[in-house]
Amino acid sequence: MDLQAVAFYVLAAMLVVSALAVVLIPNVFRAGLFLVLAFFAVAGLFITLGADFLGAVQILVYVGAIGVLLLLAIMLTRDVHHGSPGNRLWLPASVLGALLLGAVSWSLLNTTWADKAAEMPVPATAALGASVFDLQNGFILPLEIGALALLAVVIGAIVLVGEKK
Amino acid sequence: MSVGLEQYLLLSAVLFTIGLVGALSKRNAIIVLMCIEIMLNAVNLTLVAFYRYGGLDITGMVFALFVMLVAAAEVALGLAIVFSLYRSRETVDLAEMDMMKW
Repeated sequence: MDLQAVAFYVLAAMLVVSALAVVLIPNVFRAGLFLVLAFFAVAGLFITLGADFLGAVQILVYVGAIGVLLLLAIMLTRDVHHGSPGNRLWLPASVLGALLLGAVSWSLLNTTWADKAAEMPVPATAALGASVFDLQNGFILPLEIGALALLAVVIGAIVLVGEKK
Repeated sequence: MSVGLEQYLLLSAVLFTIGLVGALSKRNAIIVLMCIEIMLNAVNLTLVAFYRYGGLDITGMVFALFVMLVAAAEVALGLAIVFSLYRSRETVDLAEMDMMKW
């Protein structure tokens, strides 16, 4: 087993356990902490895939911003003592989930995938930057639209939760 | 035991299923938002795995980057909505948020 395989299996076990904990643990605050652990595991998996920049962005955006925001929201809404109860749909939802997982796993195990791992640039940060900011086939307009969407979200969030005078 | 595309795809499928079941079956609005984040992470993992093993070009990573951008926007706005609902109804229980039900 090479180093990538060891890292993959350790991170995958960590990820599945912490994702299950988010769904199963009754204490909402601890579920939030397990979600942060799951974000860290996904960042590690990105790095095993050679996507260093995405791993760093994952930690900055998900752990740094989204994780803190979710934990803050949990503490502000004071519903920790109510726990995270399931609704009436938990049985059909579990059956649907099992069916979906079975169908997806069956189809992905019965597909022959092309393996061109040797041709891809690793680490890919320079190639990613060149691809995003390429003047002919780049993604500059979507990037600007994304920035505009973030601005709109900030204004919308202020309008939604701001003090009503 | 070597690791290839299939192991990453299987892991993403498991992660997506956990998120889906949680999002469908939980009553706490913040837990539902967390489960949606888990599902978005599973999709990102699939995109990056496809980039690494050559199914998608570098575009797979660009797409994952945009998914992260939209996820940040989504969680900020989702929590703002949960906050304003909590302010008016003193709960984040989705079963009690039925004012738009006919």
